[in-house]
Amino acid sequence: MPRGSSLENPEPRTRERGIQLLSQVLLQCHSLLLEKEVVHLILFYENRLKDHHLVIPSVLRGLRALSLCVTLPPGLAVSVLKAIFQEVHVQSLPQVDRHTVYSIITNFMRTREEELKGLGADFTFGFIQVMDGEKDPRNLLVAFRIVHDLISRDYSLGPFVEELFEVTSCYFPIDFTPPPNDPHGIQRDDLILSLRAVLASTPRFAEFLLPLLIEKVDSEILSAKLDSLQTLNACCAVYGQKELKDFLPSLWASIRREVFQTASERVEAEGLAALHSLTACLSRSVLRADAEDLLDFFLSNILQDCRHHLCEPDMKLVWPSAKLLQAAAGASARACHHITSNVLPLLLEQFHKHSQSNQRRTILEMILGFLKLQQKWSSEDKGERPLSVFKDQLCSLVFTALTDPNTQLQLVGIRTLTVLGAQPDLLSPGDLELAVGHLYRLSFLEEDAQSCRMAALEASGALATLYPVAFSSHLVPKLAEELCMGESDLAREDGSTKRSRHLRCLQALSAVSTHPSIVKETLPLLLQHLCQMNKGNLAAEPSEVIAVCQSLQRVAEKCQLDPESCWYFHQTAIPCLLALAVQASMPEKEHSIMRKVLLEDEVLAAMVSVIGTATTHLSPDLAAQSVACIVPLFLDGNISFLPENSFPCRFQPFQDGSSGQRRLVALLMAFVCSLPRNVEIPQLNQLMRELLELSCCQGCPFSSTAAAKCFAGLLNKHPAGQQLDEFLQLAVDKVEAGLGSGAHRSQAFTLLLWVTKALVLRYHPLGSCLTDRLMGLLSDAELGPKAADGFSLLMSDCTDVLTRAGHADVRIMFRQRFFTDNVPALVQGFHAAPQDVKPNYLKGLSHVLNRLPKPVLLPELPTLLSLLLEALSCPDCVVQLSTLSCLQPLLLEAPQVMSLHVDTLVTKFLNLSSSPSMAVRIAALQCMHALTRLPTPVLLPYKPQVIRALAKPLDDKKRLVRKEAVSARGEWFLLGSPGS
Amino acid sequence: MVGGGGGGGGAGGGLLENANPLIYERSGERPVTAGEEDEQVPDSIDAREIFDLIRSINDPEHPLTLEELNVVEQVRVQVSDPESTVAVAFTPTIPHCSMATLIGLSIKVKLLRSLPQRFKMDVHITPGTHASEHAVNKQLADKERVAAALENTHLLEVVNQCLSARS
Repeated sequence: MPRGSSLENPEPRTRERGIQLLSQVLLQCHSLLLEKEVVHLILFYENRLKDHHLVIPSVLRGLRALSLCVTLPPGLAVSVLKAIFQEVHVQSLPQVDRHTVYSIITNFMRTREEELKGLGADFTFGFIQVMDGEKDPRNLLVAFRIVHDLISRDYSLGPFVEELFEVTSCYFPIDFTPPPNDPHGIQRDDLILSLRAVLASTPRFAEFLLPLLIEKVDSEILSAKLDSLQTLNACCAVYGQKELKDFLPSLWASIRREVFQTASERVEAEGLAALHSLTACLSRSVLRADAEDLLDFFLSNILQDCRHHLCEPDMKLVWPSAKLLQAAAGASARACHHITSNVLPLLLEQFHKHSQSNQRRTILEMILGFLKLQQKWSSEDKGERPLSVFKDQLCSLVFTALTDPNTQLQLVGIRTLTVLGAQPDLLSPGDLELAVGHLYRLSFLEEDAQSCRMAALEASGALATLYPVAFSSHLVPKLAEELCMGESDLAREDGSTKRSRHLRCLQALSAVSTHPSIVKETLPLLLQHLCQMNKGNLAAEPSEVIAVCQSLQRVAEKCQLDPESCWYFHQTAIPCLLALAVQASMPEKEHSIMRKVLLEDEVLAAMVSVIGTATTHLSPDLAAQSVACIVPLFLDGNISFLPENSFPCRFQPFQDGSSGQRRLVALLMAFVCSLPRNVEIPQLNQLMRELLELSCCQGCPFSSTAAAKCFAGLLNKHPAGQQLDEFLQLAVDKVEAGLGSGAHRSQAFTLLLWVTKALVLRYHPLGSCLTDRLMGLLSDAELGPKAADGFSLLMSDCTDVLTRAGHADVRIMFRQRFFTDNVPALVQGFHAAPQDVKPNYLKGLSHVLNRLPKPVLLPELPTLLSLLLEALSCPDCVVQLSTLSCLQPLLLEAPQVMSLHVDTLVTKFLNLSSSPSMAVRIAALQCMHALTRLPTPVLLPYKPQVIRALAKPLDDKKRLVRKEAVSARGEWFLLGSPGS
Repeated sequence: MVGGGGGGGGAGGGLLENANPLIYERSGERPVTAGEEDEQVPDSIDAREIFDLIRSINDPEHPLTLEELNVVEQVRVQVSDPESTVAVAFTPTIPHCSMATLIGLSIKVKLLRSLPQRFKMDVHITPGTHASEHAVNKQLADKERVAAALENTHLLEVVNQCLSARS
């Protein structure tokens, strides 16, 4: 078809087809066009804009293609736009074609900014006419973007500021709900944010926008209130005093009313945020010499309306008032000073006027809020110390609070003390001594004031870093005395009181060990206490030794960040602990209870965590010093570095040593498995072989497991290479030999499990072979249940070995990878397995799923769901529980998928809600609750049946079950009912 | 499609009957005891358990709970698990509170939904604290009137709002 004839055809439809074809061609080849061709085409297209309306859409598409040409000569962009503004009534075009016009404008604005600006305000006016009346969300997003660029790139608005405001602000507040299955994916928030960017982009809109915002805050619609407050907040970033001046009284009245009256926490939060920004904006503005300072005026208004409410600590408005004042005070140093200098004297006076503890607590809590704001600003402005005027009053008030019988008041007192202490040079030595005395007393509070005691310990820790001398001289000696008192006094009758005072003392000692100089005093005290217990001066229960270890561990944690303290702790505590343990493991000459106590599982576990914590943060060269002593101790019995080293016989845990000596391999594990990876371990080859040997020893599961874990921990960190392959080969041989024989199967299984874990964590290729081996054991008559539980160990984080903190090689995605690699085989294994071992597969599977991050699990659901539903009928409580805890988050996060199975879910959950196990009943009822998140129409048919069935667990004998039944049934009642 | 504007102006929020009421502290979560965690030990239904059911009911007017307004208190709950009886007295914030019936109804509905069927429940106004105490008590004790009230969509809506977890 010859081009000319179609483009000039008298029939508009034919012309339309011709131009459409040409425009499509241009869209493909606009980058190849020469300048001469572009000029010719533009003239042709501009002329066609005058043509029949049927032709216009294709003309616009051609112009859009041409607007992308780099070769477009100067002047033509302006001429195209003028022609469009003049000839096309954009809003009568369909959505797609309107979008084309916006694209042409956007393209030119991107590449021809200077030319367009040459048009002056005509361009702005032209665009206003183009977008006036736009209704489509897709187009609005583009149009808002264009307006935003007009303003932010400084195009001339001329006399059209108000028109530009009108044409955009008519959409405020955005009222848009995306249609279901909307393919464009435009959310309400997209429109809100892009409109807000326009409205809040220039102070020139202020005189029109602020009245609109006030009107919408005053409306009844929650979303309008929120949007208006957020927009006001955004405006404050570009406004100054000039824009706000006339509207301040109305703005304040609206914000105050919302914060005072609202039932919505979001409105309250947005109201406070807006007030904060307004105050910040007023604080920021530069004033002319003769202008009055609006900030002072504004703050006086706020104070006038809120101050008197602070004097009624029982009434509802006390907190909203305090929050408003604090929002304003948080905006600038000046605002903070203005408000606190006015409010603090009032609150101090009110504290004394009110005598009830709960009133005083409210007042002190408000004071605390203002002090925290002061702290924020005074840290920026070092010179001023506005609090020093009130210091004496504040201290006496805090000390009154600390001696009040009301725990809540004490708690606020403790927090206030911490804030006061954080102000540099505020508290005098006398104040500090008093404060430390109070903290000492509070550290020994009884069980019913647990929260207060914990707060006192935390405060002691915080203040001790700032005032180590005060705590060394007034607190540590008292605690030392307290500990000794128990040691010398063997009175049996009040043993339990003694014990609990001891426990508190130990906690206090670790809590204040936040400064290196204090650690130098507390650590020897704790170690000495442990030695005293060992000498038999004290009747030692395992729990008491564990308490000392826990205290040591907390001190070790606090030392981790300071290299010097860390080394001090390590080289002081570890030889001491090892010496005590080695001594305890010697054949007993006399009967000593303590020695047995030190070797108990839980006590050794507590020591393991002290040693681990004291080792992970060592620098490699210091760690090397330590490893050169500790490994020979275990391999060669070289005891020379221990502080007390005269023992009746040799220490040979790996040779023919006693079972007590073998147990101490756990301590070796704690140390070598926490070392940084680049620390070389002496005699490694021998050590690994000894560990393997011990791991398959019979008789003491504790030692053989410790040896297996230690072996696995070292394996995980060992660099790939020949030596690693040798170790692996040794381990595999050991495992296979053990699994084959009858006697060592259990030990060999444990070794297999730990070695598998070590390899899975680091993505070692052998890991998957060993996992297969483990999976094979699921159908083993003897080891099957153990193997199922083993999957839990593989997927969970350990605390003592193979931890990231202990520098193990743990890939972040190992769980996902394990899931992808092994779940298909587990599912297949389940289907193929004989009936009696099927539960093992389900259990293994539910352990894997349970530990998996939910976002990873969700897409896999459809394939696994039927299996999970089957697992709900498995009689094993562990499987039921872990399946329920797996399904519960899925109900919340993937209600659509779960809806398909609503029938099965309702039936099975209700069945399990009468399980003999309380934990299962609770989990089943939580799932019944989570079911209400499914789409209501799906649930309504079940509502009567469920409500009837849930009446039964309301009468469960366990309160915790009844609680879940009440909340589940309550939610089911609300389904499809008005007001929910 | 996106509409321009929306929402009328006017002074926001109607006036509250009692805009600045006294507020009371919320009790903390009930601590879980070792006995409660033991499968074998039965836990009987006690006053605190009943109080926990009703203390978080929202006031129809304020963004506060009945506990915070001291409308319900644990000491005003009488319960006997073996005899399957429970009695709750509630105290309106002011003697002419027009919401008294509605509050009583909310408490009653909450108990109906949360307690085993064997319980006989009595919800009434603390003696001497409301002008029309007798009339309100009579309405709350009348099973048929309570049932009829819950047939009323508007009433049910307000009651459900009082019983919903706060967003």
